[in-house]
Amino acid sequence: MKKKVISALLSVAMVATLLMGCGSQEAAPVEEAATEEAAPAEEVAPAEEAAAGEGQVYYLNFKPEVDEVWQSLAAKYTEETGVPVKVVTAASGTYEQTLKSEIANANAPTLFQINGPVGYQNWKDYCLDLKDTDLYSWLLDSSLAITGEDGGIYGIPYVVEGYGIIYNNAIMDKYFAMDGAVVASTDEIINYDTLKAVVEDMQSKAADLGIEGVFASTSLTPGEDWRWQTHLANLPVYYEYKDKKISDTDALEFTYSDNYKNIFDLYINNSCTEPGLLGSKSVDDSMAEFALGKAAMVQNGNWGWGQISGVEGNTVAETDVKFMPIYTGAAGEENQGLCTGTENFFCINSQASEADQKASIAFVEWIFSSDAGKAAVTNELGFIAPFSTFEDDEKPKDPLAQEVLRYMADSSKTSVAWNFTSFPSQQFKDDFGQALLEYAAGSIAWDDVKAVVVERWAAEKAATAQAE
Amino acid sequence: MQKTLKKYFVIFTVPTLFAFCLAFIVPFAMGLYLSFCKFTTVTDATFIGLKNYFRAFEEPDFINATLFTVKFAVIAILSINVLSFLMALLLTRKIKGTNLFRTVFFMPNLIGGIILGYIWQSMINAILYDYGTTLVANAKFGYLGLIVLMNWQMIGYMMIIYIAGLQNVPTDLIEAAHIDGATSWQTLIKVKIPMVMPSISICLFLTLSNCFKLFDQNLALTAGAPSKKTAMMALDIYNTFYGRSGFEGVGQAKAVMFFLVVATIALTQLRFTRSKEVEQ
Repeated sequence: MKKKVISALLSVAMVATLLMGCGSQEAAPVEEAATEEAAPAEEVAPAEEAAAGEGQVYYLNFKPEVDEVWQSLAAKYTEETGVPVKVVTAASGTYEQTLKSEIANANAPTLFQINGPVGYQNWKDYCLDLKDTDLYSWLLDSSLAITGEDGGIYGIPYVVEGYGIIYNNAIMDKYFAMDGAVVASTDEIINYDTLKAVVEDMQSKAADLGIEGVFASTSLTPGEDWRWQTHLANLPVYYEYKDKKISDTDALEFTYSDNYKNIFDLYINNSCTEPGLLGSKSVDDSMAEFALGKAAMVQNGNWGWGQISGVEGNTVAETDVKFMPIYTGAAGEENQGLCTGTENFFCINSQASEADQKASIAFVEWIFSSDAGKAAVTNELGFIAPFSTFEDDEKPKDPLAQEVLRYMADSSKTSVAWNFTSFPSQQFKDDFGQALLEYAAGSIAWDDVKAVVVERWAAEKAATAQAE
Repeated sequence: MQKTLKKYFVIFTVPTLFAFCLAFIVPFAMGLYLSFCKFTTVTDATFIGLKNYFRAFEEPDFINATLFTVKFAVIAILSINVLSFLMALLLTRKIKGTNLFRTVFFMPNLIGGIILGYIWQSMINAILYDYGTTLVANAKFGYLGLIVLMNWQMIGYMMIIYIAGLQNVPTDLIEAAHIDGATSWQTLIKVKIPMVMPSISICLFLTLSNCFKLFDQNLALTAGAPSKKTAMMALDIYNTFYGRSGFEGVGQAKAVMFFLVVATIALTQLRFTRSKEVEQ
């Protein structure tokens, strides 16, 4: 009996030491221990000790597709400076959720990103004023940064992106060489009417052109519809803001609803996929259709190049991938350029320790000023970085980024600002996307979609205002 | 023996109790408190009273999700239990290969909800493609799809419970009924069903709670599309909490109400079916 009690107590003690051993590795420096388990911990100890003085970086990355690049950048930085950098990537579409739970931890991210003014409203308690950083001083266009009510700078954009209609020049040339082509070159497509005439004519000759449809699938699967409920929706909102001379509104009238319908109808009716089936298509599907030459055009941004070039058996030559602005039939659109802007802003966690904050700023500045960092940004991430530290020959070489730069440099074209950063909430975008899906499936009329946009905009603006 | 049990009581229950507190009691209490708070992260909350509960009803989403859940649950509970009971009756007869069939019918239950959702999504879409439409185009498809999916997944499990119940019906009772001239229908209604009442309670409870808190399958199959018409309560709560900034507290309030509703329904059902059970 006694023996049993002793053995039971001993086993409890054993379990307890095991548990305690696990805990102490994180909390306190590991004391000299002769056990085998402690050995690996000791190796890590010097690095952690150094970190205590200089702070450490924990970056919560937004884009899963470039996770590896960030990991290797982090390793390189640690090698050079000894400052530990941890990069964690949120799974696609879960950034807000991950940030929400991570930032509540004791080891919260020191560096994270927000998507614009709306994201800033949500995270302003956690954003540090970056006005005095070098990073801010390098910014080419300081109006791009997120400014708080007190004049502080709380978010710094680290990439400029552009989107429009990507077209395959080889297919276009094939069409222009045909008898009865509506126009002779893509340069002549400068408004919606011409675009419509060309697209519809091409669709009727699809078989001769060797394509299944002019436009790649308008992906309307929930979660895959951001090209329409965010990017395309930017155009009518941009024109409405421009007419009213505002940059945000509590009540959108959706005055350019017909223009949106114009281009949306053109997309879904001249596509390689029937409108009723669009609810099962993803962005990857439509990029693959374009890459395989099944479609001549697809609406997306310069980040889409990786998706085009990465498709196995793709038939699109690098020199044939071009951008065209999205025409909707708005007045004066002949001079319209691509939609350029950013939705990626770096923020430093204001509730992290000062040492960590400094380390994080130093890490970001290293990325955008050191040769190794800049090379990775330009060549591997493919970013058009909006900083003065980048020389002309340090801009990305991929065809879509080149096109964005070309449109930005063309003074006859006016870039369309990314006004969708003022959209009330993700909920609004999702509701809009779902309405588009039902419209494409033929269950509701366009007026219903318009009503959804107007109602949900007002309701969500009111709800977000109330939540603050 | 009793003495030894007492002595070791602490050693054996404390770890489990600790885990239970950590993973269940603490989050539950926190959740209850947070439903009265405004917060972005769970560690940093300010008390605002009942406001979240009022806000939960400002938009029709929660009510719609509740109605959809009830509509789904009623049909699914009935169909799952009736079909699995029939299956159990069939597989307790002396026919060849009963063991094989039991295994096959039970298997869908071993597949996780998310995977099942995606599998059924592609299967249903493959059929709907021929009619030029998709699963998310119309709420009816999503509704029927969910019911079919749940039936497919849960019938096997319920069937096993019913089989165990049916095998426990004393043969002398059935024989006695037979000798008294009862038809097989009468034997079923008057003898077998009253005797398997405990199994029915368990199965009803399981299907009821599973149908109400259904999440994975709902998320994978339709994700609430189109326009949240096929979103069930759990999905609506998840979307409110994670999908919308400033609505964390509202999501939490919905979750508390959801708990109360499900607990009430499940306990009422248990009490009702328990009262129908007979002693052997």
